[in-house]
Amino acid sequence: MPTMIDRYGWIITKPRRKSKLKFVEILFAIGVAISLVVGLGTLLALLIDVLRDGLPRLDWQFLTSFPSRKPASAGILAALGGSIGLIVITIVVAVPIGIGAAIFLEEYSRKNWISDLIEINIANLAGTPSIIYGLLGLGLFVRLFHLSRSLLAGALTLALLILPVIIIAARESIRRVPQTIREASFALGATKWQTIRDHVLPMAFPGTLTGIILAVSRALGETAPLITMGALTYVAFLPDSLMSPFTALPIQVFNWISRPQKGFHENAAAGIIVLLVVTFLLNAFALYLRDRLQKNNGAKSM
Amino acid sequence: MKFKETLLKYVFLLCALVSVGTTIGIIGVLLFETIDFFQEVSLLEFLTDKEWTPLFTNKHFGIAPLVCGTLLTSLIALAVALPMGLLVAVYLSEYAPAGIRRVLKPAFEVLDGIPTVIYGYFALLFVTPLLQKISPDLQGFNALSPGLVLGVMILPLVSSMSEDALYSVPTSLKAAGYALGATKLQVCFSVVVPAAFPGIIAAFILAMSRAIGETMLVAIAAGQMPNLTFNPMESVETMTAYIVQISLGDTPHGTIEYKTIFAVGTVLFLITLVLNTISYKIRSRFIRL
Repeated sequence: MPTMIDRYGWIITKPRRKSKLKFVEILFAIGVAISLVVGLGTLLALLIDVLRDGLPRLDWQFLTSFPSRKPASAGILAALGGSIGLIVITIVVAVPIGIGAAIFLEEYSRKNWISDLIEINIANLAGTPSIIYGLLGLGLFVRLFHLSRSLLAGALTLALLILPVIIIAARESIRRVPQTIREASFALGATKWQTIRDHVLPMAFPGTLTGIILAVSRALGETAPLITMGALTYVAFLPDSLMSPFTALPIQVFNWISRPQKGFHENAAAGIIVLLVVTFLLNAFALYLRDRLQKNNGAKSM
Repeated sequence: MKFKETLLKYVFLLCALVSVGTTIGIIGVLLFETIDFFQEVSLLEFLTDKEWTPLFTNKHFGIAPLVCGTLLTSLIALAVALPMGLLVAVYLSEYAPAGIRRVLKPAFEVLDGIPTVIYGYFALLFVTPLLQKISPDLQGFNALSPGLVLGVMILPLVSSMSEDALYSVPTSLKAAGYALGATKLQVCFSVVVPAAFPGIIAAFILAMSRAIGETMLVAIAAGQMPNLTFNPMESVETMTAYIVQISLGDTPHGTIEYKTIFAVGTVLFLITLVLNTISYKIRSRFIRL
Protein backbone atom coordinates (compact mmCIF):
# COMPACT_ATOMS: atom_id res chain seq x y z
CA MET A 1 0.00 0.00 0.00
CA PRO A 2 1.68 3.26 -1.11
CA THR A 3 2.27 5.55 1.83
CA MET A 4 3.90 8.94 2.24
CA ILE A 5 4.82 11.28 5.09
CA ASP A 6 3.12 14.66 5.15
CA ARG A 7 4.75 17.85 6.42
CA TYR A 8 3.59 17.24 10.01
CA GLY A 9 5.28 13.86 10.12
CA TRP A 10 2.08 11.80 9.83
CA ILE A 11 2.15 8.71 7.69
CA ILE A 12 -0.74 8.89 5.27
CA THR A 13 -2.13 6.58 2.65
CA LYS A 14 -3.64 7.96 -0.49
CA PRO A 15 -7.19 6.61 -0.84
CA ARG A 16 -7.18 7.04 -4.63
CA ARG A 17 -4.39 4.47 -4.98
CA LYS A 18 -6.31 2.08 -2.77
CA SER A 19 -9.19 1.81 -5.23
CA LYS A 20 -6.70 1.22 -8.03
CA LEU A 21 -5.30 -1.68 -6.04
CA LYS A 22 -8.75 -3.22 -5.84
CA PHE A 23 -9.00 -2.88 -9.60
CA VAL A 24 -5.70 -4.74 -10.10
CA GLU A 25 -6.91 -7.49 -7.83
CA ILE A 26 -10.08 -7.91 -9.84
CA LEU A 27 -8.00 -7.95 -13.02
CA PHE A 28 -5.81 -10.71 -11.58
CA ALA A 29 -8.85 -12.77 -10.62
CA ILE A 30 -10.30 -12.38 -14.12
CA GLY A 31 -6.96 -13.37 -15.67
CA VAL A 32 -6.73 -16.51 -13.55
CA ALA A 33 -10.35 -17.40 -14.32
CA ILE A 34 -9.80 -17.00 -18.07
CA SER A 35 -6.63 -19.11 -17.96
CA LEU A 36 -8.32 -21.92 -16.06
CA VAL A 37 -11.38 -21.83 -18.31
CA VAL A 38 -9.20 -21.91 -21.44
CA GLY A 39 -7.10 -24.81 -20.15
CA LEU A 40 -9.89 -26.95 -18.73
CA GLY A 41 -12.39 -25.83 -21.39
CA THR A 42 -10.06 -27.02 -24.14
CA LEU A 43 -9.67 -30.37 -22.43
CA LEU A 44 -13.44 -30.70 -22.10
CA ALA A 45 -14.17 -29.54 -25.66
CA LEU A 46 -11.56 -31.94 -27.02
CA LEU A 47 -13.02 -34.90 -25.15
CA ILE A 48 -16.62 -34.08 -26.11
CA ASP A 49 -15.69 -33.47 -29.75
CA VAL A 50 -13.80 -36.75 -30.05
CA LEU A 51 -16.48 -38.76 -28.25
CA ARG A 52 -19.28 -37.27 -30.36
CA ASP A 53 -17.45 -37.98 -33.62
CA GLY A 54 -16.00 -41.36 -32.76
CA LEU A 55 -18.26 -43.18 -30.33
CA PRO A 56 -20.86 -44.24 -32.92
CA ARG A 57 -18.06 -45.79 -35.00
CA LEU A 58 -16.43 -47.69 -32.14
CA ASP A 59 -17.46 -51.35 -32.19
CA TRP A 60 -16.02 -54.84 -32.22
CA GLN A 61 -15.67 -54.79 -36.02
CA PHE A 62 -13.55 -51.60 -35.76
CA LEU A 63 -11.19 -53.20 -33.25
CA THR A 64 -10.77 -56.44 -35.22
CA SER A 65 -10.51 -55.27 -38.84
CA PHE A 66 -7.55 -54.35 -40.98
CA PRO A 67 -7.51 -50.96 -42.73
CA SER A 68 -9.57 -50.64 -45.85
CA ARG A 69 -10.30 -48.22 -48.65
CA LYS A 70 -13.90 -48.14 -47.47
CA PRO A 71 -14.11 -46.23 -44.16
CA ALA A 72 -17.04 -48.30 -42.85
CA SER A 73 -15.15 -51.61 -43.06
CA ALA A 74 -11.77 -50.28 -41.86
CA GLY A 75 -10.36 -51.07 -38.43
CA ILE A 76 -7.34 -50.73 -36.19
CA LEU A 77 -6.22 -54.33 -35.76
CA ALA A 78 -2.87 -53.89 -37.53
CA ALA A 79 -2.24 -50.62 -35.68
CA LEU A 80 -3.08 -52.15 -32.29
CA GLY A 81 -0.81 -55.10 -32.95
CA GLY A 82 1.98 -52.79 -34.06
CA SER A 83 1.61 -50.53 -31.02
CA ILE A 84 1.63 -53.45 -28.58
CA GLY A 85 4.70 -54.96 -30.25
CA LEU A 86 6.49 -51.61 -30.23
CA ILE A 87 5.75 -50.95 -26.57
CA VAL A 88 6.86 -54.39 -25.40
CA ILE A 89 10.22 -54.17 -27.21
CA THR A 90 10.68 -50.55 -26.15
CA ILE A 91 10.18 -51.48 -22.48
CA VAL A 92 12.51 -54.48 -22.73
CA VAL A 93 15.27 -52.27 -24.18
CA ALA A 94 14.79 -48.96 -22.38
CA VAL A 95 13.96 -50.00 -18.80
CA PRO A 96 17.12 -52.01 -17.94
CA ILE A 97 19.40 -49.45 -19.60
CA GLY A 98 17.59 -46.56 -17.94
CA ILE A 99 17.75 -48.08 -14.46
CA GLY A 100 21.37 -49.12 -15.00
CA ALA A 101 22.31 -45.60 -16.00
CA ALA A 102 20.49 -44.19 -12.98
CA ILE A 103 22.31 -46.63 -10.67
CA PHE A 104 25.64 -45.58 -12.10
CA LEU A 105 24.93 -41.87 -11.81
CA GLU A 106 23.58 -42.06 -8.25
CA GLU A 107 25.62 -44.85 -6.66
CA TYR A 108 28.93 -45.07 -8.49
CA SER A 109 29.89 -41.88 -10.27
CA ARG A 110 31.91 -39.22 -8.55
CA LYS A 111 31.39 -35.57 -9.28
CA ASN A 112 33.73 -34.90 -12.19
CA TRP A 113 33.62 -33.76 -15.79
CA ILE A 114 32.23 -37.08 -17.01
CA SER A 115 29.27 -36.95 -14.64
CA ASP A 116 28.69 -33.28 -15.51
CA LEU A 117 28.76 -34.15 -19.20
CA ILE A 118 26.29 -37.01 -18.77
CA GLU A 119 24.07 -34.74 -16.67
CA ILE A 120 23.86 -31.90 -19.24
CA ASN A 121 23.51 -34.49 -21.95
CA ILE A 122 20.46 -36.12 -20.36
CA ALA A 123 18.80 -32.76 -19.75
CA ASN A 124 19.35 -31.86 -23.39
CA LEU A 125 18.09 -35.19 -24.71
CA ALA A 126 14.94 -34.84 -22.63
CA GLY A 127 14.25 -31.55 -24.44
CA THR A 128 15.21 -32.65 -27.94
CA PRO A 129 12.18 -32.73 -30.28
CA SER A 130 10.93 -36.26 -30.87
CA ILE A 131 11.17 -35.86 -34.62
CA ILE A 132 14.96 -35.57 -34.29
CA TYR A 133 14.95 -39.08 -32.79
CA GLY A 134 13.12 -40.13 -35.94
CA LEU A 135 15.99 -38.82 -38.07
CA LEU A 136 18.41 -40.66 -35.76
CA GLY A 137 16.42 -43.87 -36.18
CA LEU A 138 16.38 -43.40 -39.95
CA GLY A 139 20.10 -42.76 -40.24
CA LEU A 140 21.29 -45.20 -37.58
CA PHE A 141 18.91 -48.16 -37.34
CA VAL A 142 17.25 -48.17 -40.76
CA ARG A 143 20.31 -47.30 -42.89
CA LEU A 144 23.51 -48.04 -40.95
CA PHE A 145 22.35 -51.18 -39.09
CA HIS A 146 20.25 -52.35 -42.07
CA LEU A 147 17.22 -53.03 -39.89
CA SER A 148 15.03 -51.52 -42.65
CA ARG A 149 11.68 -50.08 -41.58
CA SER A 150 11.04 -52.86 -39.10
CA LEU A 151 9.31 -53.15 -35.75
CA LEU A 152 12.73 -53.47 -34.12
CA ALA A 153 14.03 -50.25 -35.70
CA GLY A 154 10.89 -48.42 -34.56
CA ALA A 155 11.10 -49.78 -31.02
CA LEU A 156 14.81 -48.92 -30.69
CA THR A 157 14.02 -45.36 -31.82
CA LEU A 158 11.28 -45.07 -29.19
CA ALA A 159 13.58 -46.63 -26.56
CA LEU A 160 16.20 -43.93 -27.09
CA LEU A 161 13.42 -41.34 -26.98
CA ILE A 162 12.08 -42.36 -23.55
CA LEU A 163 15.45 -43.28 -22.05
CA PRO A 164 16.10 -39.78 -20.58
CA VAL A 165 12.65 -39.77 -18.94
CA ILE A 166 13.27 -43.15 -17.31
CA ILE A 167 16.78 -42.18 -16.17
CA ILE A 168 15.52 -38.96 -14.58
CA ALA A 169 12.66 -40.75 -12.77
CA ALA A 170 14.84 -43.63 -11.56
CA ARG A 171 17.55 -41.22 -10.31
CA GLU A 172 15.05 -39.21 -8.30
CA SER A 173 13.67 -42.35 -6.66
CA ILE A 174 17.14 -43.72 -5.90
CA ARG A 175 18.18 -40.37 -4.43
CA ARG A 176 15.21 -40.46 -2.06
CA VAL A 177 16.41 -43.68 -0.45
CA PRO A 178 17.95 -42.55 2.88
CA GLN A 179 21.72 -42.83 3.17
CA THR A 180 21.31 -44.64 6.51
CA ILE A 181 19.84 -47.66 4.69
CA ARG A 182 23.02 -48.01 2.65
CA GLU A 183 25.24 -47.54 5.70
CA ALA A 184 23.30 -50.14 7.67
CA SER A 185 23.70 -52.60 4.83
CA PHE A 186 27.43 -51.94 4.49
CA ALA A 187 27.82 -52.32 8.26
CA LEU A 188 26.34 -55.83 8.00
CA GLY A 189 29.05 -56.68 5.49
CA ALA A 190 27.04 -56.44 2.28
CA THR A 191 28.87 -55.45 -0.85
CA LYS A 192 27.89 -52.45 -2.92
CA TRP A 193 25.93 -54.50 -5.44
CA GLN A 194 24.16 -56.47 -2.69
CA THR A 195 23.18 -53.19 -1.06
CA ILE A 196 21.82 -51.81 -4.31
CA ARG A 197 20.02 -55.02 -5.26
CA ASP A 198 18.49 -55.84 -1.88
CA HIS A 199 17.83 -52.42 -0.39
CA VAL A 200 18.16 -49.41 -2.69
CA LEU A 201 16.30 -50.76 -5.73
CA PRO A 202 13.32 -52.24 -3.82
CA MET A 203 12.82 -48.95 -1.99
CA ALA A 204 13.16 -46.93 -5.18
CA PHE A 205 10.83 -49.26 -7.09
CA PRO A 206 7.43 -47.48 -6.82
CA GLY A 207 8.82 -44.09 -7.89
CA THR A 208 10.73 -45.65 -10.75
CA LEU A 209 7.67 -47.57 -11.87
CA THR A 210 5.63 -44.34 -11.95
CA GLY A 211 8.24 -42.77 -14.22
CA ILE A 212 8.35 -45.83 -16.46
CA ILE A 213 4.56 -45.88 -16.89
CA LEU A 214 4.50 -42.18 -17.80
CA ALA A 215 7.33 -42.75 -20.29
CA VAL A 216 5.52 -45.72 -21.83
CA SER A 217 2.33 -43.72 -22.16
CA ARG A 218 4.35 -41.07 -23.97
CA ALA A 219 5.93 -43.64 -26.30
CA LEU A 220 2.49 -45.02 -27.10
CA GLY A 221 1.30 -41.64 -28.38
CA GLU A 222 4.42 -40.75 -30.35
CA THR A 223 3.82 -40.38 -34.06
CA ALA A 224 6.45 -38.10 -35.57
CA PRO A 225 9.59 -40.20 -34.90
CA LEU A 226 7.95 -43.34 -36.29
CA ILE A 227 6.77 -41.61 -39.46
CA THR A 228 10.20 -40.06 -39.89
CA MET A 229 12.07 -43.35 -39.50
CA GLY A 230 9.75 -44.68 -42.17
CA ALA A 231 6.94 -46.64 -40.51
CA LEU A 232 4.24 -47.53 -42.99
CA THR A 233 0.83 -45.90 -42.94
CA TYR A 234 -1.07 -48.71 -44.65
CA VAL A 235 -0.49 -52.16 -43.20
CA ALA A 236 -3.02 -54.97 -43.59
CA PHE A 237 -1.35 -57.65 -41.45
CA LEU A 238 -0.14 -58.15 -37.90
CA PRO A 239 3.61 -57.91 -37.26
CA ASP A 240 4.92 -61.46 -36.81
CA SER A 241 8.63 -60.87 -36.15
CA LEU A 242 11.11 -58.25 -35.05
CA MET A 243 11.90 -57.50 -38.67
CA SER A 244 8.29 -57.21 -39.77
CA PRO A 245 7.00 -53.93 -41.24
CA PHE A 246 4.50 -52.25 -38.95
CA THR A 247 2.20 -49.36 -38.29
CA ALA A 248 1.05 -47.94 -34.96
CA LEU A 249 -2.19 -46.57 -33.56
CA PRO A 250 -1.28 -42.85 -33.69
CA ILE A 251 0.06 -43.27 -37.25
CA GLN A 252 -3.20 -44.90 -38.31
CA VAL A 253 -5.12 -42.03 -36.70
CA PHE A 254 -2.93 -39.48 -38.50
CA ASN A 255 -3.46 -41.30 -41.79
CA TRP A 256 -7.23 -41.14 -41.40
CA ILE A 257 -7.18 -37.47 -40.36
CA SER A 258 -5.27 -36.51 -43.48
CA ARG A 259 -7.88 -38.02 -45.80
CA PRO A 260 -10.64 -35.74 -47.06
CA GLN A 261 -13.64 -38.12 -46.59
CA LYS A 262 -15.76 -37.60 -43.51
CA GLY A 263 -16.01 -41.36 -42.94
CA PHE A 264 -12.28 -41.57 -42.33
CA HIS A 265 -12.47 -38.65 -39.88
CA GLU A 266 -14.98 -40.68 -37.86
CA ASN A 267 -12.54 -43.59 -37.94
CA ALA A 268 -9.82 -41.24 -36.72
CA ALA A 269 -12.02 -40.10 -33.83
CA ALA A 270 -12.79 -43.71 -32.89
CA GLY A 271 -9.07 -44.55 -33.01
CA ILE A 272 -8.38 -41.51 -30.83
CA ILE A 273 -10.86 -42.77 -28.23
CA VAL A 274 -8.97 -46.08 -28.03
CA LEU A 275 -5.64 -44.21 -27.78
CA LEU A 276 -7.03 -41.87 -25.09
CA VAL A 277 -8.49 -44.70 -23.02
CA VAL A 278 -5.16 -46.52 -22.93
CA THR A 279 -3.23 -43.30 -22.21
CA PHE A 280 -5.62 -42.28 -19.43
CA LEU A 281 -5.52 -45.72 -17.83
CA LEU A 282 -1.73 -45.68 -17.80
CA ASN A 283 -1.63 -42.12 -16.41
CA ALA A 284 -4.25 -42.85 -13.78
CA PHE A 285 -2.27 -45.90 -12.65
CA ALA A 286 0.91 -43.80 -12.45
CA LEU A 287 -0.86 -41.07 -10.45
CA TYR A 288 -2.33 -43.67 -8.11
CA LEU A 289 1.12 -45.17 -7.51
CA ARG A 290 2.59 -41.73 -6.85
CA ASP A 291 -0.20 -40.83 -4.42
CA ARG A 292 0.29 -44.06 -2.51
CA LEU A 293 4.01 -43.49 -2.49
CA GLN A 294 3.61 -40.01 -1.04
CA LYS A 295 1.30 -41.32 1.68
CA ASN A 296 3.74 -44.11 2.56
CA ASN A 297 6.63 -41.69 2.75
CA GLY A 298 4.60 -39.39 4.95
CA ALA A 299 3.84 -42.26 7.32
CA LYS A 300 7.49 -43.26 7.48
CA SER A 301 8.80 -39.81 8.25
CA MET A 302 6.44 -39.44 11.21
CA MET B 1 33.12 -61.58 -5.89
CA LYS B 2 35.43 -58.65 -6.41
CA PHE B 3 35.35 -59.32 -10.14
CA LYS B 4 31.57 -59.35 -10.26
CA GLU B 5 31.37 -56.05 -8.39
CA THR B 6 33.79 -54.37 -10.79
CA LEU B 7 32.10 -55.88 -13.81
CA LEU B 8 28.71 -54.57 -12.70
CA LYS B 9 30.10 -51.10 -12.22
CA TYR B 10 31.24 -51.06 -15.82
CA VAL B 11 27.91 -52.47 -17.04
CA PHE B 12 26.15 -49.55 -15.33
CA LEU B 13 28.67 -47.11 -16.77
CA LEU B 14 27.89 -48.54 -20.20
CA CYS B 15 24.18 -47.89 -19.61
CA ALA B 16 24.92 -44.29 -18.70
CA LEU B 17 27.06 -43.92 -21.79
CA VAL B 18 24.14 -44.99 -24.01
CA SER B 19 22.68 -41.54 -23.41
CA VAL B 20 25.94 -39.89 -24.47
CA GLY B 21 25.99 -42.25 -27.45
CA THR B 22 22.50 -41.07 -28.39
CA THR B 23 23.68 -37.49 -28.59
CA ILE B 24 26.75 -38.48 -30.58
CA GLY B 25 24.49 -40.54 -32.85
CA ILE B 26 22.13 -37.61 -33.43
CA ILE B 27 24.95 -35.21 -34.20
CA GLY B 28 26.73 -37.79 -36.36
CA VAL B 29 23.68 -38.68 -38.47
CA LEU B 30 22.63 -35.05 -38.90
CA LEU B 31 26.14 -33.87 -39.75
CA PHE B 32 26.82 -36.72 -42.19
CA GLU B 33 23.79 -36.04 -44.37
CA THR B 34 23.89 -32.27 -43.94
CA ILE B 35 27.49 -32.01 -45.18
CA ASP B 36 26.37 -34.04 -48.19
CA PHE B 37 23.50 -31.62 -48.68
CA PHE B 38 25.80 -28.61 -48.67
CA GLN B 39 27.95 -30.16 -51.39
CA GLU B 40 25.01 -29.53 -53.71
CA VAL B 41 23.44 -26.43 -52.20
CA SER B 42 25.43 -23.43 -51.05
CA LEU B 43 25.04 -22.29 -47.45
CA LEU B 44 24.38 -18.80 -48.76
CA GLU B 45 21.38 -19.97 -50.80
CA PHE B 46 20.11 -21.99 -47.82
CA LEU B 47 20.19 -18.95 -45.56
CA THR B 48 19.16 -16.15 -47.93
CA ASP B 49 16.85 -17.60 -50.61
CA LYS B 50 13.24 -16.67 -49.93
CA GLU B 51 11.72 -19.81 -51.44
CA TRP B 52 11.66 -23.46 -50.38
CA THR B 53 10.66 -25.70 -53.29
CA PRO B 54 12.79 -28.88 -53.25
CA LEU B 55 9.93 -30.93 -54.74
CA PHE B 56 9.43 -28.69 -57.79
CA THR B 57 11.41 -28.86 -61.02
CA ASN B 58 12.64 -25.34 -60.32
CA LYS B 59 14.29 -26.12 -56.98
CA HIS B 60 14.91 -23.44 -54.36
CA PHE B 61 16.51 -24.22 -51.02
CA GLY B 62 15.90 -21.18 -48.83
CA ILE B 63 14.99 -22.27 -45.30
CA ALA B 64 13.44 -18.88 -44.43
CA PRO B 65 9.80 -19.86 -45.19
CA LEU B 66 10.04 -22.95 -42.95
CA VAL B 67 11.70 -21.02 -40.11
CA CYS B 68 9.06 -18.34 -40.53
CA GLY B 69 6.24 -20.90 -40.30
CA THR B 70 7.78 -22.39 -37.17
CA LEU B 71 8.25 -18.97 -35.57
CA LEU B 72 4.70 -17.92 -36.39
CA THR B 73 2.98 -20.94 -34.82
CA SER B 74 5.38 -20.89 -31.84
CA LEU B 75 4.89 -17.18 -31.16
CA ILE B 76 1.10 -17.57 -31.20
CA ALA B 77 1.46 -20.50 -28.81
CA LEU B 78 3.75 -18.56 -26.47
CA ALA B 79 1.39 -15.56 -26.50
CA VAL B 80 -1.23 -17.93 -25.06
CA ALA B 81 0.90 -20.12 -22.81
CA LEU B 82 3.26 -17.66 -21.09
CA PRO B 83 0.78 -15.22 -19.49
CA MET B 84 -1.79 -17.90 -18.74
CA GLY B 85 0.79 -20.36 -17.46
CA LEU B 86 2.25 -17.76 -15.11
CA LEU B 87 -1.18 -16.72 -13.81
CA VAL B 88 -2.14 -20.34 -13.19
CA ALA B 89 1.20 -20.94 -11.45
CA VAL B 90 0.76 -17.92 -9.14
CA TYR B 91 -2.81 -18.97 -8.39
CA LEU B 92 -1.86 -22.59 -7.68
CA SER B 93 1.17 -21.81 -5.53
CA GLU B 94 -0.13 -18.81 -3.56
CA TYR B 95 -3.93 -18.80 -3.61
CA ALA B 96 -5.57 -22.13 -4.41
CA PRO B 97 -6.96 -24.11 -1.46
CA ALA B 98 -5.63 -27.67 -1.15
CA GLY B 99 -8.88 -29.19 -2.44
CA ILE B 100 -8.84 -27.19 -5.68
CA ARG B 101 -5.13 -27.94 -6.16
CA ARG B 102 -5.84 -31.65 -5.88
CA VAL B 103 -8.32 -31.39 -8.76
CA LEU B 104 -6.52 -28.86 -10.96
CA LYS B 105 -3.04 -30.35 -10.96
CA PRO B 106 -4.03 -33.78 -12.32
CA ALA B 107 -6.34 -32.10 -14.85
CA PHE B 108 -3.41 -30.12 -16.21
CA GLU B 109 -1.28 -33.24 -16.19
CA VAL B 110 -3.91 -34.94 -18.34
CA LEU B 111 -3.66 -32.00 -20.75
CA ASP B 112 0.09 -32.61 -20.87
CA GLY B 113 -0.24 -36.36 -21.44
CA ILE B 114 -2.56 -36.29 -24.47
CA PRO B 115 -0.77 -37.50 -27.63
CA THR B 116 -0.15 -34.58 -29.96
CA VAL B 117 -1.79 -36.23 -32.95
CA ILE B 118 -5.07 -35.84 -31.03
CA TYR B 119 -4.48 -32.11 -30.63
CA GLY B 120 -3.99 -32.05 -34.41
CA TYR B 121 -7.41 -33.61 -34.95
CA PHE B 122 -8.93 -31.10 -32.54
CA ALA B 123 -7.25 -28.09 -34.18
CA LEU B 124 -8.12 -29.10 -37.75
CA LEU B 125 -11.68 -30.35 -37.27
CA PHE B 126 -12.92 -28.34 -34.27
CA VAL B 127 -10.96 -25.12 -33.69
CA THR B 128 -10.46 -24.14 -37.34
CA PRO B 129 -14.17 -24.48 -38.27
CA LEU B 130 -15.04 -22.58 -35.09
CA LEU B 131 -12.66 -19.74 -35.97
CA GLN B 132 -13.96 -19.72 -39.54
CA LYS B 133 -17.42 -18.88 -38.19
CA ILE B 134 -15.92 -15.78 -36.58
CA SER B 135 -13.66 -14.87 -39.46
CA PRO B 136 -14.76 -16.45 -42.79
CA ASP B 137 -11.56 -15.62 -44.69
CA LEU B 138 -9.51 -17.96 -42.50
CA GLN B 139 -7.99 -20.68 -44.67
CA GLY B 140 -8.71 -24.37 -43.96
CA PHE B 141 -5.06 -24.81 -43.08
CA ASN B 142 -3.71 -21.84 -41.12
CA ALA B 143 -1.16 -20.89 -38.48
CA LEU B 144 -3.66 -19.44 -36.01
CA SER B 145 -5.63 -22.53 -35.00
CA PRO B 146 -2.67 -24.91 -34.38
CA GLY B 147 -0.83 -22.01 -32.73
CA LEU B 148 -3.64 -21.49 -30.22
CA VAL B 149 -4.02 -25.21 -29.52
CA LEU B 150 -0.25 -25.55 -29.18
CA GLY B 151 -0.43 -22.76 -26.59
CA VAL B 152 -2.91 -24.72 -24.50
CA MET B 153 -0.81 -27.84 -24.99
CA ILE B 154 2.34 -26.28 -23.51
CA LEU B 155 0.43 -24.40 -20.80
CA PRO B 156 0.92 -27.24 -18.25
CA LEU B 157 4.68 -27.19 -18.87
CA VAL B 158 4.86 -23.43 -18.21
CA SER B 159 2.58 -23.54 -15.18
CA SER B 160 4.16 -26.54 -13.45
CA MET B 161 7.76 -25.35 -13.97
CA SER B 162 6.88 -21.80 -12.92
CA GLU B 163 5.05 -23.16 -9.90
CA ASP B 164 8.16 -25.07 -8.84
CA ALA B 165 10.16 -21.84 -9.14
CA LEU B 166 7.58 -19.90 -7.10
CA TYR B 167 7.58 -22.59 -4.43
CA SER B 168 11.32 -22.33 -3.95
CA VAL B 169 11.08 -18.67 -2.89
CA PRO B 170 11.85 -18.57 0.86
CA THR B 171 8.94 -17.77 3.17
CA SER B 172 11.09 -15.15 4.93
CA LEU B 173 10.97 -12.98 1.79
CA LYS B 174 7.18 -13.16 1.68
CA ALA B 175 6.97 -12.45 5.42
CA ALA B 176 9.15 -9.40 4.94
CA GLY B 177 6.79 -8.19 2.22
CA TYR B 178 3.75 -8.63 4.46
CA ALA B 179 5.56 -6.91 7.33
CA LEU B 180 5.97 -3.85 5.11
CA GLY B 181 2.20 -3.76 4.74
CA ALA B 182 1.96 -5.18 1.25
CA THR B 183 -1.21 -6.96 0.18
CA LYS B 184 -1.15 -10.58 -0.93
CA LEU B 185 -1.20 -9.65 -4.62
CA GLN B 186 1.62 -7.14 -4.10
CA VAL B 187 3.71 -9.77 -2.35
CA CYS B 188 3.03 -12.16 -5.24
CA PHE B 189 4.00 -9.87 -8.05
CA SER B 190 6.58 -7.60 -6.37
CA VAL B 191 8.36 -10.17 -4.21
CA VAL B 192 7.66 -13.79 -5.15
CA VAL B 193 7.58 -13.50 -8.95
CA PRO B 194 10.76 -11.35 -9.16
CA ALA B 195 12.56 -13.71 -6.76
CA ALA B 196 11.51 -16.69 -8.85
CA PHE B 197 12.23 -14.88 -12.11
CA PRO B 198 15.19 -16.98 -13.30
CA GLY B 199 13.16 -20.16 -12.82
CA ILE B 200 10.21 -18.65 -14.66
CA ILE B 201 12.44 -17.54 -17.55
CA ALA B 202 13.89 -21.06 -17.70
CA ALA B 203 10.32 -22.39 -17.97
CA PHE B 204 9.50 -19.90 -20.75
CA ILE B 205 12.59 -20.88 -22.74
CA LEU B 206 11.86 -24.58 -22.41
CA ALA B 207 8.26 -23.96 -23.51
CA MET B 208 9.59 -22.15 -26.57
CA SER B 209 11.86 -25.08 -27.40
CA ARG B 210 8.92 -27.44 -27.02
CA ALA B 211 6.72 -25.30 -29.29
CA ILE B 212 9.40 -25.13 -31.98
CA GLY B 213 9.89 -28.90 -31.92
CA GLU B 214 6.20 -29.84 -31.91
CA THR B 215 5.36 -31.82 -35.01
CA MET B 216 2.06 -33.62 -35.47
CA LEU B 217 -0.21 -30.77 -34.41
CA VAL B 218 1.27 -28.33 -36.93
CA ALA B 219 1.75 -30.98 -39.62
CA ILE B 220 -1.97 -31.74 -39.46
CA ALA B 221 -3.50 -28.30 -38.99
CA ALA B 222 -1.04 -25.70 -40.33
CA GLY B 223 -0.65 -27.13 -43.81
CA GLN B 224 2.21 -28.06 -46.09
CA MET B 225 2.80 -24.88 -48.01
CA PRO B 226 6.12 -23.14 -47.33
CA ASN B 227 5.05 -19.54 -47.00
CA LEU B 228 7.16 -16.56 -46.02
CA THR B 229 4.45 -14.71 -44.16
CA PHE B 230 3.53 -13.52 -40.69
CA ASN B 231 -0.17 -13.60 -41.48
CA PRO B 232 -1.73 -16.14 -39.08
CA MET B 233 -4.78 -16.57 -41.36
CA GLU B 234 -2.71 -18.25 -44.07
CA SER B 235 -1.40 -21.77 -44.45
CA VAL B 236 2.24 -22.20 -43.45
CA GLU B 237 4.67 -25.12 -43.23
CA THR B 238 6.92 -25.55 -40.21
CA MET B 239 10.33 -27.23 -40.26
CA THR B 240 8.89 -30.27 -38.47
CA ALA B 241 5.89 -30.51 -40.81
CA TYR B 242 8.25 -30.50 -43.80
CA ILE B 243 10.20 -33.45 -42.40
CA VAL B 244 6.93 -35.34 -41.95
CA GLN B 245 5.77 -34.46 -45.46
CA ILE B 246 8.94 -35.84 -47.06
CA SER B 247 8.98 -38.91 -44.79
CA LEU B 248 5.47 -39.84 -45.88
CA GLY B 249 6.40 -39.79 -49.55
CA ASP B 250 8.60 -42.36 -51.25
CA THR B 251 11.78 -40.34 -51.33
CA PRO B 252 14.67 -42.55 -52.42
CA HIS B 253 17.76 -42.61 -50.22
CA GLY B 254 20.58 -40.43 -51.53
CA THR B 255 18.48 -37.93 -53.44
CA ILE B 256 18.65 -34.22 -52.67
CA GLU B 257 15.05 -34.31 -51.34
CA TYR B 258 16.10 -37.00 -48.88
CA LYS B 259 19.05 -34.93 -47.68
CA THR B 260 16.93 -31.82 -47.15
CA ILE B 261 15.17 -33.36 -44.14
CA PHE B 262 18.51 -33.80 -42.40
CA ALA B 263 19.54 -30.23 -43.21
CA VAL B 264 16.24 -28.95 -41.83
CA GLY B 265 16.62 -31.32 -38.87
CA THR B 266 20.05 -29.88 -38.14
CA VAL B 267 18.65 -26.35 -37.99
CA LEU B 268 15.85 -27.54 -35.71
CA PHE B 269 18.26 -29.46 -33.48
CA LEU B 270 20.63 -26.49 -33.16
CA ILE B 271 17.82 -24.10 -32.22
CA THR B 272 16.38 -26.40 -29.56
CA LEU B 273 19.87 -27.33 -28.30
CA VAL B 274 20.70 -23.66 -27.67
CA LEU B 275 17.34 -23.03 -25.96
CA ASN B 276 17.56 -26.20 -23.82
CA THR B 277 21.12 -25.42 -22.76
CA ILE B 278 20.25 -21.86 -21.73
CA SER B 279 17.25 -23.13 -19.77
CA TYR B 280 19.34 -25.83 -18.09
CA LYS B 281 22.11 -23.37 -17.16
CA ILE B 282 19.63 -20.93 -15.65
CA ARG B 283 17.93 -23.69 -13.68
CA SER B 284 21.12 -25.25 -12.32
CA ARG B 285 22.49 -21.86 -11.24
CA PHE B 286 19.16 -20.89 -9.73
CA ILE B 287 18.84 -24.11 -7.75
CA ARG B 288 22.38 -23.87 -6.41
CA LEU B 289 21.80 -20.36 -5.03
